[in-house]
Amino acid sequence: MDALTYVTNEMLEAKGVWVSGQTSYPITETDIRRWAMATYYPKKPPRIYWDAEFAKGTRWGDIIAPPDFNPFAWSLEAPRGTPRPGLVGRKPDGKPMTGMNGGQTDRYGVPMRPGDVITARSRLLDWHEKEGRLGLTLYVRSEIEWKNQKQELVRTRISTSIRY
Amino acid sequence: MAVTAKDVRVGTTLPEWSRKTSFAEWNRYAAVNEEFVPFHMDDEAGRRAGNDEGAFGMGNLRYAYIVNALHDWIGDEGVVREVGCQYRAINQKDDVLTVVGEVTERSEEDGRTVVTLRVNVLNTKGQPTCPGHAVVEL
Repeated sequence: MDALTYVTNEMLEAKGVWVSGQTSYPITETDIRRWAMATYYPKKPPRIYWDAEFAKGTRWGDIIAPPDFNPFAWSLEAPRGTPRPGLVGRKPDGKPMTGMNGGQTDRYGVPMRPGDVITARSRLLDWHEKEGRLGLTLYVRSEIEWKNQKQELVRTRISTSIRY
Repeated sequence: MAVTAKDVRVGTTLPEWSRKTSFAEWNRYAAVNEEFVPFHMDDEAGRRAGNDEGAFGMGNLRYAYIVNALHDWIGDEGVVREVGCQYRAINQKDDVLTVVGEVTERSEEDGRTVVTLRVNVLNTKGQPTCPGHAVVEL
């Protein structure tokens, strides 16, 4: 009898292969302001994220987005949002898997600004399985790269998904 | 007032940055990040996902708090180059989360000061939930 595993043939085939992903809607000042308001709540976010006149006087010359801003929220077309190569694995009994965010490392390039259109590509990097408090658990590492419309690197994220 | 290079050396600590988190904060983050996951919104769904205390907060929001703490420290002219963390413990409802950090390395690059920090997010009990690192440019 084979050992229990959540790893699928699709994962083996996808390992290391870049997949072109979504292109965002153009980022708006409102998208940025709302993001900053949510992540600073209940305090007021820094003016660089919402006050264009103030931002003119900074090294950036305009409003910029917080580094962790997600331009892919509220996409409409399938596949929705940014590619999520970490959401893989299958239970032999067919029951749905639960996923949790294990962590991430982001390296930032140029900041995102109003009017920018971001394009993503992603790939599955590697994985391992081990027995944990919640039974067999699959840890999947994936990489997502974002570039803007000038092909400037905006962000590279390596994230770990926990699947059980 | 943003920190300046002359004030930073190995061992310098990041000013503590805190938020109390519950549905008010999580719902706002869910709304901007389109992150409507049942275990962040509903106690029963949180328990089904393995957390006895019910619904719990998003890792991404804790990450945002680290980014914000760094921004508030270095100011608008600084640059956050890199942030990484692992989510080791759950953000429970009504937790007061506090971002902490300490400078582990400092170097000069093309006239800018580059600073590496060890960072974490403590919960109400002062327990570390989110060990990580950051690189910023002053």
